[in-house]
This record gives sequence, C-alpha cells and structure tokens, in this order.
Amino acid sequence: MAIANTGTIDKLDKGPLSKFRIPAEARIFMVLLGVALIFEILGWFLVGQSFLANKERLLVMILQVSVIGIIAVGVTQIIIMGGIDLSSGSVVALTAMVSASLAQTSEFGRAVFPSLTDLPMVVPLLSGLVVGLACGLLNGFVIAKTAIPPFIATLGVMVTARGLAKWYTEGEPISMLSDSYAEIGSGITPVLIFLGVAALFHVILSYTRYGKYTYAIGANRAAARVSGINVARHLVVVYAVAGLLSGLAGVVTSARAVSGQAGMGMMYELDAIAAAVIGGTSLNGGLGKITGTVIGVLILGVVTSGFTFLRIDAYYQEIVKGVIIVVAVVADQYRQRHRRS
Amino acid sequence: MLSLAPEKVVAAAAEAAATSQPEATLLIEVEGVRKTFPGVVALDNASFRLRPGTVHALMGENGAGKSTLMKILAGVHEPDKGVFRLRGRDIVLKSPLDALEHGIAMIHQELNLMPYMSVAENIWIRREPLNRLGLVDHGRMNQMTRELLRQLSIDLDPESNIIDLSISARQMVEIAKAVSYDSDVLIMDEPTSALTEHEVSHLFRIIRELRAAGKGIIYITHKMNELSEIADEVTVFRDGRYIGCMQTERLERDEIIRMMVGREVTEMFPKEPAKIGEVALKVQGLTLDGVFSDVSFEVRQGEILGVAGLIGSGRSNVAETLFGVTPASSGSITVFGKEVCVDSPQVAMAQGMAFLTEDRKDTGCFLNLSILENMQISVLNGEHLTAGFVHQKTIDQLCESMSATLRVKAPGLYERVENLSGGNQQKVLIGRWLLTNPRILILDEPTRGIDVGAKAEIHRLISRLAGQGVAVIMISSELPEVLGMSDRIMVMHGGRVTGILDRSEADQVSIMQLAAR
Ligand SMILES: Nc1ncnc2c1ncn2[C@@H]1O[C@H](COP(=O)(O)OP(=O)(O)OP(=O)(O)O)[C@@H](O)[C@H]1O
Ligand SMILES: [Mg+2]
Repeated sequence: MAIANTGTIDKLDKGPLSKFRIPAEARIFMVLLGVALIFEILGWFLVGQSFLANKERLLVMILQVSVIGIIAVGVTQIIIMGGIDLSSGSVVALTAMVSASLAQTSEFGRAVFPSLTDLPMVVPLLSGLVVGLACGLLNGFVIAKTAIPPFIATLGVMVTARGLAKWYTEGEPISMLSDSYAEIGSGITPVLIFLGVAALFHVILSYTRYGKYTYAIGANRAAARVSGINVARHLVVVYAVAGLLSGLAGVVTSARAVSGQAGMGMMYELDAIAAAVIGGTSLNGGLGKITGTVIGVLILGVVTSGFTFLRIDAYYQEIVKGVIIVVAVVADQYRQRHRRS
Repeated sequence: MLSLAPEKVVAAAAEAAATSQPEATLLIEVEGVRKTFPGVVALDNASFRLRPGTVHALMGENGAGKSTLMKILAGVHEPDKGVFRLRGRDIVLKSPLDALEHGIAMIHQELNLMPYMSVAENIWIRREPLNRLGLVDHGRMNQMTRELLRQLSIDLDPESNIIDLSISARQMVEIAKAVSYDSDVLIMDEPTSALTEHEVSHLFRIIRELRAAGKGIIYITHKMNELSEIADEVTVFRDGRYIGCMQTERLERDEIIRMMVGREVTEMFPKEPAKIGEVALKVQGLTLDGVFSDVSFEVRQGEILGVAGLIGSGRSNVAETLFGVTPASSGSITVFGKEVCVDSPQVAMAQGMAFLTEDRKDTGCFLNLSILENMQISVLNGEHLTAGFVHQKTIDQLCESMSATLRVKAPGLYERVENLSGGNQQKVLIGRWLLTNPRILILDEPTRGIDVGAKAEIHRLISRLAGQGVAVIMISSELPEVLGMSDRIMVMHGGRVTGILDRSEADQVSIMQLAAR
C-alpha cells in the first residue's frame, strides 16, 4: 500500500476555455512531416543531397503508393464500419488479369482471347471494375448473410481470387496491351485517380447518409439496427464499393505495368490496412477519416522512397514499416483508453 | 428561480451536524475537489463524508457530477485539485486497482461485464483461483461463485454466459462481484435503474447486511422513495457543487428536490386527458416461441398503455417484436387497420413506429459519435436528403432545439456521447426518436437514470405527444410512473398477459398481484 503523504493534488487548472482540441489529422500530418524531415537530414549526411527538394522523386513517391491509396480508401470505410478486408490485394491481381486479357492488341499472336483484341479502352476498364465489384459483393453477402466474421470471409476470398488469377492463364503473364489502355497508368494519371477517389469518398463519408450509416454501424451495430438502418444491406454495399475500388486499383496496376500478372498486388491489402490505421482509423470501428488515410498512405510512400533514396537495403525498409504500424496501433489503443477514463 | 436562501440554511445546519462528528470515525472525507474535462467543469469545490456502517445517498440532477466524484473515489479519475482522506489519512489513488487495494469497490452506472465469459469468470477476474500447475481452477471458481451467490441469495448459474442474461441479472452479477471484494467502502451508481421492485428489495436486503457488518455504502439514485427506505444520510450536489447533507429521518421530499434543482418542480406529472382516437396498433395472438405467447392488446391514438411486470415477464421482448427487432413466430400486428408483417425495424419505422430500447449502452448509444450523429441517425430519410446528401443545416437546427427541449447538459452538439452523464445520454436517445415524429411510440424504461426535474419534463412531453394523437406504449418498472401516466395498464408474467387494467381500477396491489401470479 502506497500512501502518499500529501493528498492535495494541484494540477494546471484547465477551465472551460480549454475547448480547443488538436484534430487527429493534424497530429498524423506532423508525423508525416517528421518522417520526411528525418530523411531530409539523413540525406544531407549520408548521400549529400536533399530528399524533398526533388520534384521527380516526390512524384515517383506518390506514384508508387497511388494504387495502395485507392485500395486504402475502400478499406478505410470498411474498417470504420467495424469490418476488415484482406482480399483487396488478390482482387487487384484478378482484375489486372481479366482486364489485361481484354486489352491486348491484335499484333500479338498469342492473345488470351484471339477474337477479343483491339477493343476500345472502356471494355477492359469496365470489366475490371465489374470483377472487383463482384468480389466485393461476394465478401459482403457472405459477411451479411452468415455469421462468418469478416476476417475469415475475406481471407477466403483472398485465397480464392489469387487462385483464380493464376488459373486464368495458368500462371502466364499477359502482355502487349493497347496504348489507350496503358494511358490509364501512365504519367500522373494514377495519382489523379487516387486523389480523385479520396476526395470523392471524403465527401461521401462526411456528408451523405451512406457515410453516417457507415460510422453508426461501426460505432454500435446493434444500436444501428434498432435505429432503423438496414445493416445487412449496408454491409453488402460498403464491401461492394471497396471491391469496386480494388478493381480500379487492379486496372491501374496492369495499365501502369502494361501487363497482367497473377503475382500483382501481393500484400497490398496489408499496406492499405496499415495506411488506414496509421492515419487514425480505429480497428474498433466508428472512428476514422479519409484525410487521415491519405496522410497514412503518404507516410508509407515517404518511408519506401526514403530508404531507396538513402540506398539502404529493402529489409530495413520493411522493418521500419512494421515498427511504424505497431506504433500507430499502440497510439490508437492509447487514445481509446484515454477517452474512456 | 427561487432564492437560494433556504438551502443555505439547510446546508449550514448539515455542515454543523457533520463537523460535530469526531473526525476519526469518518471512513471517507473529501474536500474542495475540482475536476474538469475539456469544456466542462464536472466538479467544483465538492465535498463529501462517509461514516462507517451507514448508507449514504448521493443525489443531484443529471450531470451534477455524482458519477465523476465516485469515479475519483474509485481511482478512475484523478482530481485536478482537492483533498481525499481515507480513515483520516490523506491518499492519492492511482488506478481502480489501487482503490480496490485500499478497500474501495464501485458498481458503475453502465455495466462493465465481459459478455462472452461466464458469471464466475466475470466475478473473479484477475483473482482466479489457480491449481498446482498455475492454471485456472474452474471447478473451485464455480464453487466459490455458488457460495457467494448463495450468501446473497441470488439465483444464477455460475457457468452461464453474461450475454445470455437479462440486464437485471447482469446488474446482480455486478453487485455480487463488488461484494466479493469484501471492501470497506462500496459505491453503487444507480444500481436500481435496471431492476424491478422485487429485485430492488432483494438488493436492499444485501445492503442492510453490509451496513450491519460496518461497511460504508454510497448509493446514487434518482428515486426519492428509495431514500427513506435505505439511506441514513443524503448529500445533494448541483452543478458540480456540494449543496447540503442531511439525515434522512428529518428529510423533506420537497426540500431535497429544491436543493437538487434550485427551483420548484412537481415530482410526478400525471397524464393530461387526451382525446382518444381510432385504434393505432392492434396486436393479436403475438407469439415468439419460447419467450412469450398469445399476447393481444390494442392501443388507440392519444392513449398511453403502460406495461408492467417483473424482469423476465417478456415485456421488453414484446416491444422488440413489435418493432421488428426479433420478428414474431406467429400472430398479427395491425397498424391503423392494416395488417403489417413487421420483420425488421425499417418496416416498423415506415409504419410510424419508434422504439426507445431499455439498454442504452448496448442497443442505444453510438458512444464514439457526437450528440448530433446520435440524434439524427433515424431521420436520415427522404425529407432530409437530396441525392444521398444530408441537409445538415436543417438537421442541426432540429437537433439543437430538441436538445434544448430535453435540457441535454453538454458543451455542444459535437460532444461525444460517451462523455455525457448517464441521464443525458438517455435524453439524447429520447430525442432521436421524437425527431422521427412517430405515430406509435414504444418506450422501454423511458426515464431510466433521469433526474426528478427532467423526469417530470419527459412525462409532460409524453403526455403532450399523446395529446397530439400519438399512441404510446410505455414499459416501466416504476409503478408510480406507470400508474401516473397510463390510461390502461397491461401486466405480464412469464411471457403471458395476465391482465389489462383500466386507470381507475389499477393500484400497486392489483398490479403486483397480476405481475407475480
Ligand atoms: N470523460 C468525460 N469527458 C468529458 N466530460 C465528462 C466526462 N465525464 C463526465 N463528463 C461531464 O461531467 C459532468 C458530470 O457528469 P457525471 O457523469 O458525473 O454526472 P452525474 O451526476 O453522474 O449525472 P447522471 O445522473 O446523469 O448520471 C457532465 O456534464 C458530463 O458531461
Ligand atoms: Mg451518473
């Protein structure tokens, strides 16, 4: 028993005026700046050049994480709703394969569908989106109609979709895609798509009924149901939307690589979840912002390109990424606990 | 507002009485405690004294700071400022665990049990008996639980999971758990708000035994009639300040209320006569297999149908079925002459029904979200939407005026509901349903945890709604409330309707007879 000798606790007297609270995004943004600054300083010391004052590098950095970013937007809304999606990386692979197979040029002798070559760009694009949507619907239906937890359901789809992607061409990569299709992944288009998707979903989550319902279900599913929300239907819709975005990410990936490969999107689901969590989305549901996720994605980007810039082994990069994710989750837990007391 | 003079006199008198007690006999002494949260001063110069072998009631309006002070005593919050003496010695508590080690246990206002663990596991958590291999000895743990429950004459299976128990049973588990610590100070934050009269008297028996054993019990309640029955002393708080303390023998009901509220209020608001219109809801042979069967009744526009019964009588289950939360196995529900298959809450809401559930933590609040998000969630439909976008300005105004009507005490609409006091959370939920302009309003324990002043306010509101032609079904474990508000009273027992009494023929005795049959 520790009995202190004085019982008077005088703390800073925070009156009713201390209403101001730093928004979570501002804190995450500070982390982003901090990480970037560390690389900047290390850059001057280790390689003798600036990390940030290089437009080229910054563009490549954002380009590298755009696809993750598109997926992370969909995953963020799922996590806000109290779910999880492990299937997105495999869905990227499957859609990349399907849409690439419909984007081939006739110059190529061994096209997947020799009769379906030189199609207009919308055909592969739309089929990619449809495949993604279908995977998302599958996730949603399984989760809404059965008692299977989202972790398991989407794990199943993750394995199945990866298998389908390999089966599609028996593991052969698909190449010789049309120029108009490759356009989707060229230049800064992926970045624009990512930022467009992020802006759109920021608005949707903040100002529409869809958004309000998503937060409500994540905050308390039973209460959401009693409040008149068709929870099962909303689950299906949100997973479907996330699938659609994974499909879009798959299209961008294959267009950018001008090929389709069954190994594409490997572990993207984890990077996307990490981005959301780093960005302040709580795995307990009901809490999170797209703006946070965008910053989270950028943090991942900075770390990845920072290590390349410093010419340090990729192993270290992964180790540091892992540490950042754990720190982010610990910070989330800490915030949750402090709110409760 | 009345002048504050009379209270000052009482307070001074109480002060004198309290100081005449020799210091050493005090179990707990708190002075000048201040506690602020961002935007709120929850406690300001609060003081409180507890003598051993007494039951000390704590009263005050919703948000007066009662729970906050108790959380400070139980080591949950640290005060910004103030003195806290335990048996005459100054102490600083660092955590709830620390408080337990000092002999202070607390039953919180909201239940804190792990739903998928057994009664025994919940009670002995962190203190599980171990066998020689260092593993949890479940056999002994269940035996210890059985023993504890037997001492308290609580009839529960130690091995049943919390999730399968009713709220009242869960409350009894919390009580057993708190008692199991054998602490000198036991804090109970509105323990009876989830219990029926029968269980309340059971709890009072337990409290009296603890008191006889020399323990000090702090008892928070909004129910005036419990004061004289169980409490020896009562301390009143208002707006985070100590107002006064007195012996309950010398207690004047009105006096206490005036101290709490700072103005005159009528304690119970009897229903105003309303024009009784056509049948709004007609229920015939409603059955949910294994839960309730053959429930038939009707409610007319402008009518308030009270529903009484003990816990386990199936009252809340009938309400859930009416609202489509758990669809019926058989029977029919007719709304304004049209038979409806209510198989989901959306269908019920489309029929103009609204349903305030009994458990605000589990099926009511979105604790993470703001007052605004909590209130608006059920009105995000046609009229307040354009292409899926919410007309936020209009809804903000609606919620603003609703929380003003209900006197929700909070720094603003953007405050997270988790940070509100229990009674204010309840008001937010009532607001949610009133915003939907229901034709049929189903209320399950509407004034649970609501203070006297606000209670009268809510009764007035319900009555006014009935006056406007809303059909109201009101489940309540508080007989005075049921008797005061209802036009007719339906009594249930064991999943069946045992009688429907008219206002004129109903009294406590007739209801209890039907309820316990
Ligand atoms: N964690 C918190 N964060 C912010 N404000 C809080 C927190 N806990 C309590 N408050 C505020 O402190 C005030 C006192 O709350 P408290 O829970 O002590 O009231 P109470 O007297 O127990 O009321 P009730 O009868 O409704 O349970 C309220 O205005 C409440 O909103
Ligand atoms: Mg309270």
